[in-house]
Amino acid sequence: MINIKKILSVLFSAILLISATATNSIAIDKIHFVIGGGAGGGWDGTARGTGEALTKAGFLKSASFENMSGGGGGKALAYMINTKPENTVLVQSTPLVLRSITRHKGYVSGSGTLSYKDVVPIAGVIGDYGAIAVAKNSPYKNFADVVKAYKADPNSIKMAGGSVRGSMDHLIGALAFQAAGANPNDVAYIPYDAGGKALAGLLSGETQIISTGLGELMGARDQVRIIGITAPDRVSDAPDAPTLKEQGYDVQFVNWRGFFGPPGMSNKDKKAIAKMLGDVQKTPEWETVRARNAWVNIYNPDKKFVKFLKTQTKEMTDLMKKLGVI
Amino acid sequence: MDIFSNISLILDAKTLALILGSTITGVLIGALPGLSSGMAIALLLPFTIYLEPSQAIAAMAALYCGGTFGGSITAILINAPGAPPAAATAFDGFPMAQKGQAGKALGMAAVSSVVGGVISLMVLITFAPTLARIAYKFGPPEYFALAIFGLSMLASISSKSPVKNLIGGLIGLFVATIGVHLTTGISRFTFGVDELFEGISFVPVLIGLFAMSEILVQASKSELLLERIKFSAIKLPSISEFKSCGKSILRSSGIGTFIGILPAEGGTVSAMIGYNEARRWSKNKENFGKGEIEGVAAPESANNAATGGAMIPTLALGIPGSATTAVILGGFQIHGLRAGPYLFEQQPDLLYTIFYGMLLANFIFLVFGLMGAKIFSRISLIPRGYLWPSVFVFCLVGSYGLSQSMVDVYIMLISGVMGFFLRRYGFSPAPIIMGIVLGELVENSLAQSIIIFDQNIFMFFTRPICLLFFGLTFLSLFYRPIKNLIMKGKKDE
Repeated sequence: MINIKKILSVLFSAILLISATATNSIAIDKIHFVIGGGAGGGWDGTARGTGEALTKAGFLKSASFENMSGGGGGKALAYMINTKPENTVLVQSTPLVLRSITRHKGYVSGSGTLSYKDVVPIAGVIGDYGAIAVAKNSPYKNFADVVKAYKADPNSIKMAGGSVRGSMDHLIGALAFQAAGANPNDVAYIPYDAGGKALAGLLSGETQIISTGLGELMGARDQVRIIGITAPDRVSDAPDAPTLKEQGYDVQFVNWRGFFGPPGMSNKDKKAIAKMLGDVQKTPEWETVRARNAWVNIYNPDKKFVKFLKTQTKEMTDLMKKLGVI
Repeated sequence: MDIFSNISLILDAKTLALILGSTITGVLIGALPGLSSGMAIALLLPFTIYLEPSQAIAAMAALYCGGTFGGSITAILINAPGAPPAAATAFDGFPMAQKGQAGKALGMAAVSSVVGGVISLMVLITFAPTLARIAYKFGPPEYFALAIFGLSMLASISSKSPVKNLIGGLIGLFVATIGVHLTTGISRFTFGVDELFEGISFVPVLIGLFAMSEILVQASKSELLLERIKFSAIKLPSISEFKSCGKSILRSSGIGTFIGILPAEGGTVSAMIGYNEARRWSKNKENFGKGEIEGVAAPESANNAATGGAMIPTLALGIPGSATTAVILGGFQIHGLRAGPYLFEQQPDLLYTIFYGMLLANFIFLVFGLMGAKIFSRISLIPRGYLWPSVFVFCLVGSYGLSQSMVDVYIMLISGVMGFFLRRYGFSPAPIIMGIVLGELVENSLAQSIIIFDQNIFMFFTRPICLLFFGLTFLSLFYRPIKNLIMKGKKDE
């Protein structure tokens, strides 16, 4: 009797297992991308570009997209958490970390504060490094010149950025000054409400330096000189832009863009999508999309991604406390 | 300059068809409240990959021109500006439609739009590279002075009592403070509501204050007072009416081109200032806000002149002059073109393609607008029982469509109810809108200037452009008392 029961249960579980893997292997041939911003924005481009490469390279049968703007991505995040949709991923980037810090004074588990811990981090796929630049005709040739001038007269250096105080643009410059031994809170930061306006501020001489994403400056390289990027090594798209690290300032920062699953997403699904996102980066279809958008491949899957997010949260919390924005 | 030899650049069937299609699409999208030309371009951008770069850019430029004009159609007919730049057009356009002069208002809007558009394009083609440098002189302190000058007209922007206009303006300024403050990062009046962190978006407030409150006003009227159907609605303006607006149109074209060139401000501010100035210089000041045809001509020529103006820094510096040109700049990048000082040297043809594309777009919407005016103006002949419920649907869809957010719909409904009561007690929506538009500019530019000046606000008086605008502000506020004083002095003699 016992034997028969055992055999039956083994058989039954084997069938279950087979059917489970069978359904799962066909489960991810389509992905629905939820985008927390409007058409044409950075998140939108990342999701649509990734979806395009995944389908064209044959990893997916189809990809669908949904723009869900509101609350700086908060609405899409809440949607993922509340409805736990199947086969759906959310595109996000560094602001996900920043918003949970600024709006909630740090993450408190289980308090409904909406952070990356409420969704399932699948993988970071691309990134943009931070950059500090001066106008082409500026007397400052490198970041050391800027630091020297700042230490001689703190009022002589004003830093432009394309968003509010405490935003990513501000943090990039603050990190650099912090690494140079200055109090980042004392550095005058002039926020503009768009990257283009910040650039205009730099070129007209209202500010001496601009602190923003490298991607933002790539189109303006005729007019600005990049004097420091926050990458570990020089990047191939801008080989003449020195890193801050090589100048002796230990700063590394990347504005990552990646994908998240709904809470409760199975490990299997997570791993499958993470693998797919990594494998697609080796295809020519991805390269077409990447080159078109001048993205930097920074593949950072699963556990590595979670660890990275944890470190970034800590670093940013410390810095923002120093800046007095939280 | 070999302007004419370059016309062949757009003279092929595909390009012409694209420009025609884009212009008409632009007009139609622009006419729908909540759908802007910027959004239309963003959505169409991926499809332009299959076009030649020059064709794609010409199509986007045409869409931009058409969209800016299209906003005036709904502003005039149903008091729901199709796009923010058309907000000032509703101030007098809708009262005209109510008086049965919808055709006149639409015709005037079409003609003045074209004049503004063409003048700014002439400036674009002639001075683009040089003019772009002037824009650099406009930093936060200058924007602050410009915005203060704009606000000095608050008290007199509508025919309602000056005190009520000032209260309205303050309401607008207050709404503009909601959200995260630019220079401190502190959030204000957000009450922890996620959607409020980025501030109240302007479009749902606009739709609410104008269209939604109009629906409520119409609903509160007794059906017994059925207005007689006015067939005069489809009459176009006469030559003498065009002539009487000539000065305003020219002035606004200049204002619009100039403000368009500034990297931060586009059609909305241009139209507001164009309207203010037309009123300031008009002999019939008291008719403004009640259906004065000049009040339609001025903002329309200004906001269309801003399209050509906004293209100047976009092309010459790679710095967009408005939200829509920022999207167009994105289009450049997709096609591997880099806007900036080297663009004209490397791609001289491109400038002409854009110029002709936009020029053609202007004439297409002139024809479309004038012919369409007769058709569109029949909307005002639709019985109110059918018209206003459909407008309500537009209000809902328009405020939702902007960013697919229900919060925007609630903001629209709240502004609608507020607008209804404010109008009932003699307030006009115009100063509220002006307060919101200029409020953000005035606050941000002041905060930025203070950092630039190392906390010394007296530095404002060291900048010539600031002094000029402060002087104009002083005159605009004290012109009458000073004039009275002098007159009195003369009498005493």
